[in-house]
Amino acid sequence: MKTARVAYLGAIHHATEADGRLKLDDGRLVGEDDVVWLPPVEPKTVFALGLNYSDHAKELTFKAPEEPLVFLKGPNTFIGHRAETRRPADATNMHYECELVAVIGRKARNVKREDAYDYVAGYTVANDYAIRDYLENYYRPNLRVKNRDTCTPIGPWFVDAEDIADPMKLGLKTYVNGQLTQEGTTQDMIFSIPFLIEYLSGFMTLNEGDMILTGTPKGTVNTVVGDEVATEIEGIGRLVNTIAGDDAFNISK
Amino acid sequence: MSKALPPVSGTVYGTLLNYKGELDALGDAVNRPPYQAPPRGPIMYIKPVNTIIGYGKPIPLPEDVQELSMGAALGIVIGKTATRVNESEALDYIAGYTVVNDVSIPHSSVYRPAIKQKIRDGFCPVGPCVIERDAVDNPDDLTVRVKINGDVRQENTTKHLIRPAAKLIADVTDFMTLSAGNILLVGVPENAPLAKAGDRVRIEIDGVGCVENTVVREDELKRGKKQ
Repeated sequence: MKTARVAYLGAIHHATEADGRLKLDDGRLVGEDDVVWLPPVEPKTVFALGLNYSDHAKELTFKAPEEPLVFLKGPNTFIGHRAETRRPADATNMHYECELVAVIGRKARNVKREDAYDYVAGYTVANDYAIRDYLENYYRPNLRVKNRDTCTPIGPWFVDAEDIADPMKLGLKTYVNGQLTQEGTTQDMIFSIPFLIEYLSGFMTLNEGDMILTGTPKGTVNTVVGDEVATEIEGIGRLVNTIAGDDAFNISK
Repeated sequence: MSKALPPVSGTVYGTLLNYKGELDALGDAVNRPPYQAPPRGPIMYIKPVNTIIGYGKPIPLPEDVQELSMGAALGIVIGKTATRVNESEALDYIAGYTVVNDVSIPHSSVYRPAIKQKIRDGFCPVGPCVIERDAVDNPDDLTVRVKINGDVRQENTTKHLIRPAAKLIADVTDFMTLSAGNILLVGVPENAPLAKAGDRVRIEIDGVGCVENTVVREDELKRGKKQ
């Protein structure tokens, strides 16, 4: 089953898909354009992977890491489907990153790789924007690059784990203004979802609702104000976002 | 030792290299690989919910580690939504202050996020309470102390911050919103003392309070001996 969290006529609802429309938890049928899409899972502890596809690591002229490169995100950075992400006026290189998200279903500590899927509740799509102008070499990539307000669209759907036969065999695609700019498959991840759950739960406790953004393949290109960026993962969903300028956020510098 | 729940209702954000002495300790290394240049923006990290414990709860010592670094940090408790706040108004967004022990496995490189070193379970004792903002005259003039088994092992002051409280809030909220209940750690002074299994660690901040916890081997905690 696919579920969304949406705001409709002044209240927040869960919703499911019904023939191209949304069925709210109170039974109402509404159009996909008639709601405000919220992140399908309320963010708690959120992990993100850097350089987790060897072709992307190469694209950034990095050697593929021997241990997962993990960083964290705060709740401030997340926005839902069909929202706007701010591109600051001084940014010269801001690129999207289409990523499969694994959502943890229950408390996990010292989980073995072969049992890891028992701890996954489901999946969604994230676009983990990076503004490379702000990269510095301290705890890199740091929050100024990766935890900016509005810079992590997520959704539209939370998809139950049981609906996805093999999350490590899904196609990823990104379209900018309808043009295909990024294409890859989760098969090319360096550290798979089961590996990452074993790795993280090996030194800390994962809780229900925690999320792992698993990294992006090659094909990240600069985006500019007005661009519509659609990040799509086979069987999980198509997440649409628009780049907006400082004026949309009432910022003048 | 009495126990208390941590006074935390949101994300805890830490700040790296915000004490002058901590940056000075890196010396000319900041100009060499992998760092290449001194830091410009504030360097931030997150202490997630699994790390948070209250006064009196044991700090777990991982099985493959002998000593932990005790990071004495003033925690600024945010009182209302803060986005792109001016330095001159930044203190208005503070609800109060608390004491935090930002525990780490000692690590010398600060090039990559220190996830494995900083976000283990129980690595962020907080509390025991929040002191109201107006009860503290000046957050940039507070003595910070680490005592291990009663001996003073470190003393420093928030006078030595590179970004004092207001400047830090302004620079951080320039790119990320802080919300009510979030805690912003101003940083950890250089030469954080090390503690081993059995050590009783007390972080004191004059005028704010103290948080005291004992380091206990993880395998002992699992056996439930000292819970």
